[in-house]
Amino acid sequence: MSADALAPHRALGLTDAEYELIVAKLGREPNAVELSMFSLMWSEHCAYKHSKKLLGQLPTEGPYLLLGPGENAGAVDVGDGLAIAFKVESHNHPSAVEPFQGAATGVGGILRDVFAVGARPIAVLDSLRFGELDSARSRYLLEHAVGGIGHYGNSIGVPTIGGELYFEGPYEQNCLVNAMALGLAEHDRLIRSAAAGPGNVLFLFGALTGRDGIGGASVLASAELGEADADKRPTVQIGDPFAEKKLMECSLELLDRELLVSLQDLGAAGLTSSSSEMASKGGLGLDIHVDRVPLREPGMEPFEIMVSESQERMLCVVEPARVNEVLAVCAKWETTATAIGEVTDSGRLRVLSGGDVVGDMPVEALVDDCPLYDLAPEKSSARIYPAPRRRLDSNDPGDALPALLGSWNLADRRPVFEQYDCLVQSRTVRRPDDADAAVLLLPESDGARPAIAVSIDGSGRRVACDPYRGTVEAVLECAANLACVGAEPLGLTNCLNFGNPEKPHIAWQLSESVRGLADACRALEVPVVGGNVSLYNEGPDGPIYPTPVVGMVGRLPDAARAGRLGFAAEGDAIAFAGPFTPSLPGGELAKLRGEALPDGLPEVDVVAVRRAQEAIRAAVRRGELRSAHDVAEGGLAVALAECCLAGGHGAQVDFRGAGTEGEQLLETLFGEGPGGFVLSGPRPVLAALARETQLTFVGEVAGPDDDLAFTLDSGTVLSWPLAELRAARERGLADSFG
Amino acid sequence: MRFGVLRFPGTCDEVDAQLACERVGEAVILWHGDRDLQGVDAIVVPGGFSYGDYLRVGAIARFAPIMESVVQFAREGGPVLGICNGFQVLCEAGLLPGALLPNRTLRFVCRQVDLVVEHADTIFTNACERGERLSIPAKHTTGCWYAPPALHEQVEANGQVLLRYAPGESFNGSLADVAGVRNEAGNVFGLMPHPEHAVDPLTGSTDGLKLFESIANHVGAHVG
Repeated sequence: MSADALAPHRALGLTDAEYELIVAKLGREPNAVELSMFSLMWSEHCAYKHSKKLLGQLPTEGPYLLLGPGENAGAVDVGDGLAIAFKVESHNHPSAVEPFQGAATGVGGILRDVFAVGARPIAVLDSLRFGELDSARSRYLLEHAVGGIGHYGNSIGVPTIGGELYFEGPYEQNCLVNAMALGLAEHDRLIRSAAAGPGNVLFLFGALTGRDGIGGASVLASAELGEADADKRPTVQIGDPFAEKKLMECSLELLDRELLVSLQDLGAAGLTSSSSEMASKGGLGLDIHVDRVPLREPGMEPFEIMVSESQERMLCVVEPARVNEVLAVCAKWETTATAIGEVTDSGRLRVLSGGDVVGDMPVEALVDDCPLYDLAPEKSSARIYPAPRRRLDSNDPGDALPALLGSWNLADRRPVFEQYDCLVQSRTVRRPDDADAAVLLLPESDGARPAIAVSIDGSGRRVACDPYRGTVEAVLECAANLACVGAEPLGLTNCLNFGNPEKPHIAWQLSESVRGLADACRALEVPVVGGNVSLYNEGPDGPIYPTPVVGMVGRLPDAARAGRLGFAAEGDAIAFAGPFTPSLPGGELAKLRGEALPDGLPEVDVVAVRRAQEAIRAAVRRGELRSAHDVAEGGLAVALAECCLAGGHGAQVDFRGAGTEGEQLLETLFGEGPGGFVLSGPRPVLAALARETQLTFVGEVAGPDDDLAFTLDSGTVLSWPLAELRAARERGLADSFG
Repeated sequence: MRFGVLRFPGTCDEVDAQLACERVGEAVILWHGDRDLQGVDAIVVPGGFSYGDYLRVGAIARFAPIMESVVQFAREGGPVLGICNGFQVLCEAGLLPGALLPNRTLRFVCRQVDLVVEHADTIFTNACERGERLSIPAKHTTGCWYAPPALHEQVEANGQVLLRYAPGESFNGSLADVAGVRNEAGNVFGLMPHPEHAVDPLTGSTDGLKLFESIANHVGAHVG
């Protein structure tokens, strides 16, 4: 290895050209403190240098938008002077290295983002991806990531109300742990992170600063995972939800008392990114005295203090006259608070230690001058992903339904969500499994009880088949989930989990996916309020499935009418609604049959899907439907079984015209695609709905614990006892939790 | 009547408990570092993770200054309801018999469970019928009630078990399916399930409200 390969900037992940640019911006060589700070601020994780140009396509304006991208979290107006702040973020690489702490601190980080804008966190959702569960590593990651999420969310008193969980081979080495949080605030309580007022005091409060997580943003988050990742375990932070609970209550009380000029959480790249972002947004400078930072261990170097990713810390700017009041509130919450610096008008971030300047950089150079790269997208002509392992040998639909319900991707999620408190804060109107989206009460308003609904979705396999249409489908799926509970979408957050964007085929996946996200958001008129990009999700065996995760928040006027998914009344009519064209390739049955991913998915008529969603939303809001469920993985048959199991009722469904055997029948029963719904309710109500969207009556809800029965051509009847379907669905994941 | 709801660092369900109390009376939050109970008629020690559950659940909270006043209040016959972490704190404080051990699965579980009312002639269950089933959520990692055989026998003989998990409903492995137990005097009661999360038909059942109504009935009869 040449001496050049050991150049410090390369070890920190900077290219030679980037290093030269830093020298030019400073007018000299950076010292070690400055170099470590630049390496973090110019990492993919902080600078979005491979994705920023693409993200410009996303629509970020909408009638309900209050805070858009760039703040710690976005926010939308939910009426009555209230706002919902929300954001999704990844913690993939830390979770792949140490799943319990990785997932726990992922929750901690996203909660801080939400209360950093002044909102009280009211809900968490998680989007998780692991390898297939017959791998011991995947079972280990699942158990500990779920444990970490529960540990953090439960202890801090924020309910975990929903999420999604899929198992696919390409996530074997590089699992995905994305966490989304929502917070509630009055409009005028929302606070920005921009530093203001030269002469104001910069306070660091919360946990002590230690050596944990040093280099997390550059070492873990911005490079591919390799064989020796166990060595990176020290770069994973350790979470302390008790410290965060006190920090959260302290921050909210400081805001209640109007003691803060601005507030910012410390996440990736610690003090370096939080301070430079605050300075940059305010167009000001900051002096930071690292020798004043309370340390967990003695002898930390200035650069270590500036880049430490110790958890549960916040920065705030305070007017000198309010300092004593701030200290009193922090003392009440047993939270350490220290004045570590001042706001200046220099436009520079200066790091001081013992009175000496140990770092001095233009804020603009740190935050804005990282070069942005154009991607070189090119669709791969070779197959990127191996075909999944064949797990179902039968082509008999009688076998396929229980096999699908018991498959890891579709099985009952109860063993997971029961480990989460979904009730604390007394807002949960629809718990996991009650409905397609979680529903949370808003404060009562003139006797009305409005609510918000939230859903998180994204199918990596379908995006791998077709990055553009797969991403459109993810957005439509979220909106469909909201429609089924009667909610109108207000805003969307996303986390783009992809492989190494410097590779042309990954660049192609990323650019097509962002194009799909932008088009779908425009078509639904839902703005993107913020999000996160996680690149370099690759292991020795290749890239993950491209996985854009979409979290959508909506509002419904009357919580009492929030939709449910389960069949509830014997004799109700069952209808299929919406512009649904099922197809097997790329779906769950194809996966179980070990089929390779198709190149491309069928075209989607987004306008027609939106029209169907609006019609169903309106019907749910009128309180006319007994149940509404969107057709997703496993197609109509699985959706019907889910409606039966959720409501404890059987169903008689007429599938005549679908053929009696072969692929045509399988496609009708198990084919997937956007735009389909299973509805139940009084027949006249459904008949009226047929004037607004495609609708076919297909059967009737049967009695409690009756069979699910499909009538096929020539009178053949396929039927399953509910108990058999329930047992299959319950076994799937329970087996992995022992 | 007025309830006082305690808040320790790490308490999570105090606002929920306050809202539940406010359905039958007034309620104020009492800070762990204070000693003044502000003249309340009943105390609720709510759920959550006081002091992060560090050392042992409830073990640190019981030394908080406010607990000195709560112990005094209890000795004088004042009604004290402990929910989940509050139950653990009251056991640690010696106000309730037995101890809470980790669930048999060693995992946190959040589930709606059915409870059976064992005795209805009490401060905490007078709005219920004996044998009535209440649907109330439970959510905890450390909810397996245990007492040594002699103590357990005594607790049963005294009729101190007010709520039991209905057959098959216990997920934590509690001795004799005990879900909630009172002190010998009958004025202190702790349970693992969360009645404050069962007071609004929009967010679940309303069965939990009966416990708060019972306390209000008792206080109304004795104070009002």
